[in-house]
Amino acid sequence: MKTKEEILALLPYGPGFTFVDELNYLDEQRVEGHYHFKPESYFYAHHFKDKPVTPGVILTECMAQIGLVSLGLFLLLKERPEEPETKPLKIAFTEAQVQFKKPVLPGETVSVTAEKIYWRMGKLKVKTEMRIDSNKVVCSGTLSGMIFK
Amino acid sequence: MTEQEIQDQLKTVIEPYVQNQEAFENLTKETQLMEDLEVNSAHLVDIILDLEEAFDVEIDDEAAEKMLTVGAALNIVQELLNAKD
Repeated sequence: MKTKEEILALLPYGPGFTFVDELNYLDEQRVEGHYHFKPESYFYAHHFKDKPVTPGVILTECMAQIGLVSLGLFLLLKERPEEPETKPLKIAFTEAQVQFKKPVLPGETVSVTAEKIYWRMGKLKVKTEMRIDSNKVVCSGTLSGMIFK
Repeated sequence: MTEQEIQDQLKTVIEPYVQNQEAFENLTKETQLMEDLEVNSAHLVDIILDLEEAFDVEIDDEAAEKMLTVGAALNIVQELLNAKD
């Protein structure tokens, strides 16, 4: 079984599109992680022109990288440990239903938790929530994706 | 359950995931879930889970992978229901 550090190292994102700093918890049911939104990220100069706010799609991506991809990778590799690490991953984001409650500003750190609803035939569906300062919920919803080797 | 009842129930289960309504209205046993009804592969998994719940059966992954047409789905559900009796 992979550790949370090993899963983090296996995430298939480049530096300009990684929205996970660390996974704090990971088992077959649940994952927790956090990310610090750096004020110098390129999108703050454009969204919005005079007032930087983290785009909702980026918040959704952050929840997906922690809640779907990290947990999905853990479940996939646990089920099929014989797969060579060099074999490319196939990942598809398939559904998102998200509610946004508060803005996330440059320099804020968010924590994401996700609970598995089901994992079946390569499809993972989770219920997820993002918080700032571990109390204020900024967004929440359900996400699904498919992951294969 | 009669074959007609199973088919009606099956239609109720797949309807929310159908993208091609015209193909759904002209449904036959040969209708392909992905090609004709334009159900995506992620929703195929939801259909399997919803069928398990609707018919109170367990569909193993091997059977699930064969569920490519309406007729194949009907046969698999029918066999599982027969095995329950």
